Amino acid sequence: MTDLTKLTIAEAEQGLKTKAFSAPELTQAYLDKMAACRKLNAFVCETPETALAQAEASQNKINRGEGGELEGIPLGIKDLFCTKGIPTTACSNILKGFVPPYESTVTSRLLAAGASFVGKLNMDEFAMGGSNETSAFGPVINPWSKDVPLVSGGSSGGSAAAVAAEMCAGATGTDTGGSIRQPAAYCGVTGIKPTYGRCSRYGIIAFASSLDQAGPIAKDARDCALMLKVMAGYDAKDSTSAQMPVPDFEKCIGADIKGLKIGVPQEFRADGLDSEVAAYWDKAAAMLKARGAEIVDISLPHTKYALATYYIIAPAEASSNLARYDGLRYGNRVDGRHLEDMYVNSRTAGFGKEVKRRIMIGTYVLSAGYYDAYYVKAQKVRRLIRDDFAKAFEQCDVILTPTAPTAAFPIGDQSMLKNPITMWLNDIFTVSVSLAGLPAMSLPIGLNAAGLPLGMQLIGRAFDEETVFKAAAALEKEAGFRGGK
Amino acid sequence: MSGMIISGKTGDWEIVCGLEIHCQIISKSKIFSGASTQYGADVNENVSFVDAGMPGMLPTLNEECVRQAVKTGLGLNAKINKYSEFSRKNYFYADLPQGYQITQFEHPLVGEGFVKIDLEDGSSKDIRIERIHIEQDAGKSIHDISPTKTFIDLNRAGVGLMEIVTKPDFRSPEEAGAFLRKLRSIVRYLGTCDGNMEEGSMRCDASISVRPVGSSELRPRAEVKNVNSIRFAMQAIENEAKRQVEAYDNGETIAQQTRQFDQTTGKTKFLRLKEFSDDYRYFPEPDLPPLVFDDEYINNIKSDMVELPDAKRERFVKELGLTPYDAAVLCETRETAEWFERAAKGHDAKKVANWMMGDFFAMLNEKKISLEESPITPENLGRLVDLVTTNVINGKTAKDVFALMAQSGESPDKIVEEKGLKQVTDSGAIEKVIDDVIAANPNNAAAYRAGKTALMGWFVGQVMKQSQGKANPAMVNQLLAKKLG
Repeated sequence: MTDLTKLTIAEAEQGLKTKAFSAPELTQAYLDKMAACRKLNAFVCETPETALAQAEASQNKINRGEGGELEGIPLGIKDLFCTKGIPTTACSNILKGFVPPYESTVTSRLLAAGASFVGKLNMDEFAMGGSNETSAFGPVINPWSKDVPLVSGGSSGGSAAAVAAEMCAGATGTDTGGSIRQPAAYCGVTGIKPTYGRCSRYGIIAFASSLDQAGPIAKDARDCALMLKVMAGYDAKDSTSAQMPVPDFEKCIGADIKGLKIGVPQEFRADGLDSEVAAYWDKAAAMLKARGAEIVDISLPHTKYALATYYIIAPAEASSNLARYDGLRYGNRVDGRHLEDMYVNSRTAGFGKEVKRRIMIGTYVLSAGYYDAYYVKAQKVRRLIRDDFAKAFEQCDVILTPTAPTAAFPIGDQSMLKNPITMWLNDIFTVSVSLAGLPAMSLPIGLNAAGLPLGMQLIGRAFDEETVFKAAAALEKEAGFRGGK
Repeated sequence: MSGMIISGKTGDWEIVCGLEIHCQIISKSKIFSGASTQYGADVNENVSFVDAGMPGMLPTLNEECVRQAVKTGLGLNAKINKYSEFSRKNYFYADLPQGYQITQFEHPLVGEGFVKIDLEDGSSKDIRIERIHIEQDAGKSIHDISPTKTFIDLNRAGVGLMEIVTKPDFRSPEEAGAFLRKLRSIVRYLGTCDGNMEEGSMRCDASISVRPVGSSELRPRAEVKNVNSIRFAMQAIENEAKRQVEAYDNGETIAQQTRQFDQTTGKTKFLRLKEFSDDYRYFPEPDLPPLVFDDEYINNIKSDMVELPDAKRERFVKELGLTPYDAAVLCETRETAEWFERAAKGHDAKKVANWMMGDFFAMLNEKKISLEESPITPENLGRLVDLVTTNVINGKTAKDVFALMAQSGESPDKIVEEKGLKQVTDSGAIEKVIDDVIAANPNNAAAYRAGKTALMGWFVGQVMKQSQGKANPAMVNQLLAKKLG
């Protein structure tokens, strides 16, 4: 039999339907791969028994001619999603041993659609990081690594690596400032951060509430479309989820893009943009043009303030969102002589360095006397960034940029570890989109000279993931690069 | 003039006081979760995952709490803000599971309004309302179970509160007492808060300062926390003001501070200086969208409002002819007023009021029962009044019937019928009794005719006695005068 893990979700669904193989066989293939690739450290919790039981149930449904949209498809779940009865830690020591008694809305929808979960995926602690090195479980190794272990990107590093190494057919990720797109780019897979409000945040451990969005990471655009359709939708349990109908994204795959206007923002040619990345950017524009799209120069003048704005707003919200981890009701408690002592001990032991750094920054920018200068100003700039995009979308339908300024870098890169700003610069192309709440996809465009994948980002109007999918599918076809290492 | 002047060594001082009142909103479920608000449940029984601050849980606004607060705002003649938003107030405490309280800060739900208070001397005064905002209550820390441990009950965590803030308009404890009574009466009428200060469903903080009479300055104030009865609030204001005058008299200064009311001494105790108060790092709650109302929403609530005590009182005087005093007593609670209206409907309202204020309240007092437990229904009291006004029974019999009603709960008609208490208005029958009485007492009859007219009363008594009290007294008087005359 062919290696079932090579199949896309769409292909696997076809195979299950035609009984070319069974759901348990498919799941077992991925479980075997998961076991074989443990050294990549992509999974922090494996749930083979649950996955196989779910696969059996799926097969029964398929046999009866029933089944949901993802019936029998084995998925990996980022450890930020609360999964009922399965440990959920956000890869933080402070949530060690926490087993949620509830299921997140997104994972509930996936389960209801027939997916099986093979395990929980590694990530940066509380989704704070761009290299997966802040995880309490240690970094994920990029499957594309050669001599030196490379980072998988972050924060959804486990998700991207697991899909790239074919340890699961698809994975959930979350994106606050680039956490789906950047690791997808580093690992040569496809991921979409939908419009803010598209997916419910209920049951997803909060990092920055006004920015967090769930999305899929998969082998290609079609698989992302299949997964997103199931994941998205209004949820009364999340007041920020949008009451918008969810289109059939899959219909966009293969659609004609003739006359589609592709915006290329000049401001994104920032210093430090890798020359190979720049070359692929031009090439991607040419590919879309070859398919009949029109390339338009656009301007996003406030881009230069995006990173600073993001690193005020996200930590501010995080400092408050993470206040509940006090050792009192769940997770890791380190006792003290009195209440405050216990707080300090538990949080000192429970949080890693990057999380502490962001709590400190967030606490500072919200403090009396600094609030106006930082938080209020950042909110104003955020509005300007949003307006920039609104103006740009008067001229174009979708925006094309690189996903990250470079390819994956080595784990333990000293320049990054010594100066966190260098690490944060990786988010430079993704954060402005998050601040504007827009949908954006990263897809692999090709390999650089070192043989590492590079990603392109396609940004759409709010709730217009469809155009993003159309352009992405066209570019994907032209580039001829299919996810998976 | 209801202001209190405190004469000190340095001259005359006046009180400047404002109140902040926390009212628990009457609603079935909590303000941001579906958990019940029922009082008296087992410890930690009414706690949802949201209330416990579990990872990934999100608040969803209970619209009923918003309606209740808008209603209260309208009841306090206040402006309803069409745009308001929630904010997070960040602080760590064991009974605050999220590590922040969701409240309103910059944009409260309700703006300025006023409450008219009535003072002992018959004058009235408008107390200005600064704002009303809605927020969640914290849980309870229980320190007295163990000497070394604190226990937490989260039943109260997340219950909706309205915080009503007045301007510093109080010049005496009497005014504050009148305001609290009025406010309590209004929220009870509206059914938005049960107003039980002893149970903590209405809690009061008082900001108190003093200044020389004639001055308009605002001196540093002391905030006295958690005063749990109207009497205590009045005591706290008086004693704190006197303490401050004494301090100024002694050449001391008063620093902005927080103090606690001591129920046993009636005085306030120093708690902490305001300068060292926490920095709450308020920022807009990203999990909840702003509240935006249109006129229709507000008008709907307006049309749903009950008549408030002031309006009711005025109507009772103007339309039902009650004395202002009777109207005030009957309007003190909505239940009494509504009971009265049911009883008075279609009957002589003034007479019904007299019965209620007299025999009826005396009966409740004697039986130590509440209005709801009264064996006499309002309809039956009204009917009793009718029986008198239509001469079916006389006033004296009515008292007896009332006593029987209080015993059995029977209708007055049934009692009158069964006991044969119907007044005799047949002049022939009465004349026969009179003839018998005169014939049996010829000496008295002769004495009367000889000018001893004072004997009339004796004759009336005899006739009434012979008729077992059922004869119509007016007819007896009239016929006796004729026969003896």
